[in-house]
Amino acid sequence: VTLAFLNLSWPVFANGLEFGGIYALMAVGIGLVFGVLRLVNFAYGQLIMAGGFALAFGAQWGLPNWLSILFCFGVVLALSLLMDRLVFRPLRTHSPAVMLVATFAVAFLLQNIALLSFGAYGKSAGALAFLDAPWDIGGVEIKKIAVISVATAAGCLFLLQLLLTRTSLGLHMRAAAMDFRTAQLLGVRANRVIAGAVVVSAVFAAIAAVMLSVEEIQVTSSFGLSETIFVLAGVVLGGLNRPVPATLGGFSIGFATGILSGTLPANQSQYLTSILFAAVIVVLLVRPNGLFTRGAAPVERL
Amino acid sequence: VSTLRRLPELLVPALLVLGTVLLGLSVSSYLQAYFVDTLVKVAIVVGLYVFIGNSGVLSFGHVSFVALGAWTAGVLTVPADQKAAIMPGLSHFLQHANVGNITSLLLAAGVGAVAALAVGLPLMRLSGLAAGIATFAVLEITNNLLTYDQSLGPGENAFSAVPQTTGMWQAAIGALICVAVAFLYRSSRFGRMLRATREDPAAAAAAGISIYRQRLLAFVISGGLAGFAGGIFVHLLPLQAAGLHLDLTFITLAMLVVGGSGSLLGAVVGALALNGLYSFFSAATNGVDVLGWNLTVPQGTAEIVLGVLMALVLILRPAGLMGGHELSLPRRRRRAVEA
Repeated sequence: VTLAFLNLSWPVFANGLEFGGIYALMAVGIGLVFGVLRLVNFAYGQLIMAGGFALAFGAQWGLPNWLSILFCFGVVLALSLLMDRLVFRPLRTHSPAVMLVATFAVAFLLQNIALLSFGAYGKSAGALAFLDAPWDIGGVEIKKIAVISVATAAGCLFLLQLLLTRTSLGLHMRAAAMDFRTAQLLGVRANRVIAGAVVVSAVFAAIAAVMLSVEEIQVTSSFGLSETIFVLAGVVLGGLNRPVPATLGGFSIGFATGILSGTLPANQSQYLTSILFAAVIVVLLVRPNGLFTRGAAPVERL
Repeated sequence: VSTLRRLPELLVPALLVLGTVLLGLSVSSYLQAYFVDTLVKVAIVVGLYVFIGNSGVLSFGHVSFVALGAWTAGVLTVPADQKAAIMPGLSHFLQHANVGNITSLLLAAGVGAVAALAVGLPLMRLSGLAAGIATFAVLEITNNLLTYDQSLGPGENAFSAVPQTTGMWQAAIGALICVAVAFLYRSSRFGRMLRATREDPAAAAAAGISIYRQRLLAFVISGGLAGFAGGIFVHLLPLQAAGLHLDLTFITLAMLVVGGSGSLLGAVVGALALNGLYSFFSAATNGVDVLGWNLTVPQGTAEIVLGVLMALVLILRPAGLMGGHELSLPRRRRRAVEA
């Protein structure tokens, strides 16, 4: 079986799926927090960066992999809750523009703290690099991380769907995303819902950090930064308001990144950023509310 | 009478700029560089203010106009005999084009304005989050192209050999021009119309104001000022594409937000205060004397101080230090005038 008609080989396709999976998780993480807080979290990439450094420390201390992944989850969760408590909560009543700039400030701050603490070269987190090796599947070599990424993303999104549709916390989160004030009047507890969204979003950030560290062994202060920028664009592309469009947007941009970086010749692939962001602009002009939303969504005024 | 009463809106920021110059001229030439840099930042932030302040729409794209201005002024002023060495891939036309200092600055402003027009024509139809992300996309595209397209300039390398004509006076005059243009726009009917759309888009549209056209005009003026500031910047030090990206976007936005994006005074105060602080901590990495105490801080402290300060101002005083106010003549006298 080949994808010859698309002029794609299976490894390139798998690469697209791998990025698509990771980006989809990050997109849901950003979208969930936006849903309840109306806050676009620019500092999401720095949560992933913190996770990357946690993995690097795990490797340095010689922790077994499961323990260092657990440590990564702990660090990202703690930082995420701290960010919510110290910055997002006091700003909750302010305009989306103020909140956006505030998360920009937090991102800049965390990045520079990392730069100050760990230097420009950062630390190495190579413990999971063995997953970069290929598996032979029916004569086609597919990287292990590609399979893992797709499976993890699918599993996580399935669990999230269960959480959102089958539990009362999920119901509250959906209600809050629809109309926060009304939901509050009907007895939804704001802090609990927001904490729920922040925690789930942090879990996804930690998973993304673990998967990114497979290929990006050297963790520096800009770990996860460019990915987050792409995902933010993807989330807006898909439609921020609902988890499913946001996921699809994140997946599409990840998939496009993976495919294009595998198929474009070297002298063109350096312009990948331009191509993707030009596409983002075109989509925004045609469908300002997102590609995968139906009808007019309420637009925030920034 | 009303013009006279509003004159302080121009004079106070202008005097702040001149005060910076005087202070800068009184210190050692080593420290003077920080003051010149601050004046350039004032020019950039005032350019940013013209659009963001008056329209209330966030733009992450302005540093791309600064970068385009810097590229224009830089490429056109590198001495002809050094062009091939510094920019081997430069396109044929640019290889032979050379202009003087002033012309290069005017062209930088022109390129900034034209680029803003080209970008604004489609993008000013967007609002809200979509506009924020779209302008961010513009920043990414510009940076990506300037970094890799060697036919436009030095690519990833620094802009060396650009004549360093930006001293205290060129920076000061540049900043003053930006302040004056911002004031003129602010007090014009166009500036008022745009601020009306900021306060209440529905009411402004109902009163016959085209939100799209007013935003576009401000965006073009703002882009022109940003390009101009970029030209001044590249004549100050050898810039490179990496330095005209996220960090500069963050720092200039921080200055505008901390000062208060609602007023010209806020923009100037924010730029002066934050860049002053930033310069102080940058200088302190080599050790500075504060009232007889020797203070030395590790590299990167300046950025962290800036980040913390910005977060604090946003939480405690979201309208910025100046709270969106201009300084006008005392109220008692104004009442007398009105009576």
